[in-house]
Amino acid sequence: MLTLENIDVYYGAIHALRGVSLTVNQGEVVTLIGANGAGKSTTLRAVTGLLTPRKGRVLFEGDDITGIAAHKLVARGISMSPEGRGVFANLTVLENLEMGAYLRKNKADIASDMERGLTLFPRLKERIKQKAGTLSGGEQQMLAMARALMSRPKLLLLDEPSLGLAPLVCQTIFATIDDIKATGTTVLLVEQNANAALKHSDRGYVLETGAVILEGAAADVAADPRVREAYLGE
Amino acid sequence: MELFFQQVINGLSLGAIYALIALGYTMVYGVLRLINFAHGDVYMLGAFAGYFIANAMNLDANPSILGAIVVTMGSMAICAAIGVIIERLAYRPVRQHSRLTSLITAIGVSLLLEYGGQVVFTANPRFFPQMIRSETYAIGKVQITNQSLLIIVVSIILMFGLEFIVHRTKIGKAMRATSHNLSVAKLMGINTNFVIAFTFALGSALAAAAGVMVALAIPKIDPLMGLMTGLKAFVAAVLGGIGSIPGAMLGGMIIGLMETWIGATSYSTYRDAVAFGVLILVLLIRPSGIMGSTAAEKV
Repeated sequence: MLTLENIDVYYGAIHALRGVSLTVNQGEVVTLIGANGAGKSTTLRAVTGLLTPRKGRVLFEGDDITGIAAHKLVARGISMSPEGRGVFANLTVLENLEMGAYLRKNKADIASDMERGLTLFPRLKERIKQKAGTLSGGEQQMLAMARALMSRPKLLLLDEPSLGLAPLVCQTIFATIDDIKATGTTVLLVEQNANAALKHSDRGYVLETGAVILEGAAADVAADPRVREAYLGE
Repeated sequence: MELFFQQVINGLSLGAIYALIALGYTMVYGVLRLINFAHGDVYMLGAFAGYFIANAMNLDANPSILGAIVVTMGSMAICAAIGVIIERLAYRPVRQHSRLTSLITAIGVSLLLEYGGQVVFTANPRFFPQMIRSETYAIGKVQITNQSLLIIVVSIILMFGLEFIVHRTKIGKAMRATSHNLSVAKLMGINTNFVIAFTFALGSALAAAAGVMVALAIPKIDPLMGLMTGLKAFVAAVLGGIGSIPGAMLGGMIIGLMETWIGATSYSTYRDAVAFGVLILVLLIRPSGIMGSTAAEKV
C-alpha cells in the first residue's frame, strides 16, 4: 500500500534521512522505532507531504505521491495524528472533529463517523463542547486520533501516540490501535515505547541516525539483541 | 456631562474605524505571524477606489444611500482582490524565509503603495464626493451626525458578520485552525494557501469599508492618509492582543475614545502621541495585550 524507495530528506543542511526504504502492506500495523532524532517523525512527515524528499520516491497505492502537497494527500486516504497531538486548542472538541472531516461533503456519513469516533473514545463525548486546549494530555491524544479517523483514511499515521501518557491511558491507546486495525485501516506507528508498540504490530523497522538498520516481523524485531539492549532496557 | 457623552459618540465612531482596520492586522498576524504594515495603505486604496466608483456614478450630484452602499461594496471587493494580490506577489514567495524577511517585505509594500499612490493619484488631496447629505441629529445637547452614526452602525454590522464567518462557517473554522497550527491544518486537508488568501481578502475588505466611511465623514483623501491611521490601528491591535479578533475590536474602541478625549482637553496637540504612548505602555506592562494569550501558541 505504501512504499518508500530510498528517500533522502534534509532540514536545511542537516541530512535527516539517508536512503530510507520501507513498505506497509494493506491491513498491517507497522511500527517504526528508534532513538530521539533517528528520523522516525521525519519519515512520517515525508509520507504526509509536509516534507518533500530530495531523493527517492514515495508510492501510495501504486501512485508516485512524492512532492504532492499535504492537503491533497488527505483526499487520497492518508491521515496523520501528529507528534505532540496538534489538537486545535482554540477550537472545541466538536470543531476539531469537524476539521478532520474537512474535505468530506456527505453530512450523514460524517455524523456516523463522528458517532463511531465518540464510541471509540467515550471521554470525548463528555467534553464535546469544551475547547480542546482544556483537555488532559490523554484526552488530547484521543482527540487527535479520533480527528485523524474523521477523514476515513486508508492509511493512518500515528506519531508517538503514547508519549507522556499514564500507563493506563497508554493501554487504552494501544487497544484502540487494535480496534482501528480490525476495521481494515492500515496503520504506520512511530513509538518510543517499543515494547508495547511491537506487541500490537505485525512488523517493525528500526531507524538509527536516519537509516533503517533492522526490519522484520514484530516479534523478531522485539527479540533482536540490539533492540533489547538499546530500546527495551536490557 | 454633555461634553462627556459628545466625546463618547465621537470616540466610538473614530474607534470603530480603528477597530475595522485593526481586525485586518490581527487576522493576518493570526494565520502568518506577520505584521502586514501595508494594511494601512489598503485602507487608503479603499478610499480611492470608493472615490473613483462614486465619481463614475456621479454621486456628488445625486447623493443616495443605495449609491453609497454600491460604492462601499465595490471598494471592499476591489481591496479584497488587492489584498489577495499583495499576499500572492509579495508575501507568499518569502513565506519560507525568516519572519524578519516578511516584515521588511511588508514595509516595502507599504512604501510602494504610499509613494506609488502619489505617482498615480498625485500628492494633492482630493475631495471625496458627498454620497450622503450631511445631517445632524440632537439627543438633548449631544449632537451626532448621520455619518458618525453610519460609521458606528455599519462597523457593528461588519463585525457581527466577521464573527459569524469566523465562528459559524467552514472557512472560518479553517481560519482558526490554520492560525493555531498551519501544518496540522494541512493534515486535515485544508488548503492553507487558500485560507491565507481568504484572510487577506477579508481583512482588506474591512479596511476598504473603513476607508470609504472615513472619507464620507472627513472628505479629504490623499495617498498618505493610511500611514498614521494604519499605525494607530496597529497599536489598537497590539493593545487588544495581536491575533485576537475581539481584542482588535476592543483595542480600536479604546484608542478611538482616548484620542477623542485627549483631543477635547487642552492637551489636544498630544492626541497622536497618545496611541504611541499606549503602545510603549502595553509592551512594557502586558506585551500580550488585553485579550491575547500569555503563552506562545507555537513552540
